[in-house]
Amino acid sequence: MDQFIEQIVTGLSIGSILLLVALGLSIIYGSMGIINLAHGEFVMLGAYAAWVFHTYLGLGLLASLVPIFLVVAAFGWVIERYVLSLLNNRPLDTILATWGVGIMLQQAVRLMVGSELRYVQLPPALADSMNVFGIPISSYRVFLFVVSIALFGATWMLMNRTTVGMKLRAIIQDRSVAASFGINAKRVYALTFAYGAGLAGLAGALVSPLKSVSPDMGTGYVVDAFMVVVLGGVQSLAGTVASAFILGELSGGIAFLQNDTVAKTIVLLAIVVLIRFRPEGLFTARVRA
Amino acid sequence: MSISRRTLLRNTAALGAFAGAGLPHIWIKNADLAYAAGGEIKVGVLFSLTGTTAIIEESLNKATLLAIEEINAAGGIKGSKIVPIVEDPASDPATFSEKARKLVVGDKCVSVFGSYTSASRKAVLPVFERQNNLYWYPTLYEGRECSKNVIYTGAVPNQQQDEFVPWLVKKFGKKFYLIGSNYIYPKEENNYCKKLLEKLGGEVVAEEYVPLGHSEFSSVINKIRSTQPNVIFSTVVGDSVVALHRQYKAAGLDPEKMPMASLTTSENEVAAMGGEAAAGHFTSAPYFMVHKSPENEKFVEAYKKRWGADKVTHFVSEACYFQTYLFKQAVEKLATSDLTPPNIRDAVKGQSMIAPQGKVQIEPENLHTWLWPKIAQAKSNGQFEILVEAKDWLKPVPYAAYPGQSCTEKGLVEKS
Repeated sequence: MDQFIEQIVTGLSIGSILLLVALGLSIIYGSMGIINLAHGEFVMLGAYAAWVFHTYLGLGLLASLVPIFLVVAAFGWVIERYVLSLLNNRPLDTILATWGVGIMLQQAVRLMVGSELRYVQLPPALADSMNVFGIPISSYRVFLFVVSIALFGATWMLMNRTTVGMKLRAIIQDRSVAASFGINAKRVYALTFAYGAGLAGLAGALVSPLKSVSPDMGTGYVVDAFMVVVLGGVQSLAGTVASAFILGELSGGIAFLQNDTVAKTIVLLAIVVLIRFRPEGLFTARVRA
Repeated sequence: MSISRRTLLRNTAALGAFAGAGLPHIWIKNADLAYAAGGEIKVGVLFSLTGTTAIIEESLNKATLLAIEEINAAGGIKGSKIVPIVEDPASDPATFSEKARKLVVGDKCVSVFGSYTSASRKAVLPVFERQNNLYWYPTLYEGRECSKNVIYTGAVPNQQQDEFVPWLVKKFGKKFYLIGSNYIYPKEENNYCKKLLEKLGGEVVAEEYVPLGHSEFSSVINKIRSTQPNVIFSTVVGDSVVALHRQYKAAGLDPEKMPMASLTTSENEVAAMGGEAAAGHFTSAPYFMVHKSPENEKFVEAYKKRWGADKVTHFVSEACYFQTYLFKQAVEKLATSDLTPPNIRDAVKGQSMIAPQGKVQIEPENLHTWLWPKIAQAKSNGQFEILVEAKDWLKPVPYAAYPGQSCTEKGLVEKS
């Protein structure tokens, strides 16, 4: 029984990391329809930003979260404004463009700071482990869980309770009609992309103390993020949350019973089969046809 | 039959052409001279500077270049400079093979120093065997290879485990949890580990492999908790090592009760995970940066001076460094006209030198290296403390896990 609860808690923790990484992608892919293959590199930039703030400015991880969000968001804004919007956000062109941007970011980081693994310190206050339902779990993992839920909440509010969100939803439904009502679609798109990039950067900074920081760390995360978003259903924020936790529990559970290699295979296979029968994902937002 | 002058000329020309093509030693002799043309000896340096394993291979490139620069600064080899031709195989085995061919066939390098992963070594092997060239491989690896075209200067399983496993059993207990990355190296190491444990009456509570580059170890940690091993025997590689250590630490496990014993965690990985996550765990290797010897002090100082004060040396970069000197010693034994890869191979057999780790020697039988096993514990300052140094150097036995097989000068021999 203890083991079962332990495994559920572990799954929640894995799920919360998946959610963190996928949230930014969910916004960009779900709302703008842009398949952002540079998402992993935004995650990587966030992790490197955490390292830079710590090494050169002496800022702890928690203190540098807001600046990291702003820095990576600014990157995202520039890329949307000067690359993607020039392609009129056409899906196929943007796949290629974002892929290229990703490679350039990777190589730029490699050239500037070298390719060795970098070290980001775990915040000392969260370095211990604590008991949750009698299960010992790392305090930092609990913190990540709380942060991911909070970020989801903030994003949901932004989309559903603010003017920017309302404008974005209007554009998603019909860009030309929204524009004729005086909504500046370009600006809203740039802001949305920046927000998604900023979230990815935060995710990178937050996972870096548990994992490792290297120029090509993004590759793994972008696959995870797409799995979550595709399974959850594009355009559905709640779906992203549900699917992150489903995948977390599933891969954690199978890894416990079998091993991580098997878990990875089975989870991928399950997603492929599911997409065959439900191409729109598990949860879909109702959109007028 | 009269022979006109014209036919005679034609026939002589044909004969001449036949002689050129049919008596190949004439051409090989010329090719030999090209290996040391103009007071230059060209060697290839084939470590990834981009891609996943660039993280570690960059330091191998640096250690090799440092040794070459030192040799050249001290006058080269009998007056000839070593000219390194650096290629970037981008962590991709296919590119390794392509670049190796370029270095051997195109640039006519007399030897190539390269590779970190076994996959990349296996990829270049056919090139060196077909061209009868020489590859210098610095990495600890799984053994079970017996090529006449590779000089192996890293440790094989018996050199990392013969001291280590019995020591662990004695100090911590008999229950081992084997965890590795999912490819050939960890599987062969675990194979050997299981053999040793069997002899010692040990027990393997789990043997598990995670995908390469895996970074989520919470389920593994749950399993470790529920099986309660005495030792976690780790052959996880690359950034996964960092993730495993950090998550072990964050989960509140105690290295004093259940330490990780690794064959792959070097100063390089410790720097990336931070001293606090590494502290208390053990590594077995022939070399550690803190090893006290005049040769090592010189090496560490030169390395930092050349590449930056924050840089670390580790058990693979040390091998890169000393194997370049062994190359020099072998070439010194040869007349310039005899400078060919097979001759260098024969000259390096039995060559020894004082490396930073101690005296090393190339075993004539299998072209692997006699090394000095050491067991060390990581400290929170990011360095190791050497706890056990082998009393004697250890012979390389690349087929240690396969009792019927051995690598000899004639190649792989199977005893029935």
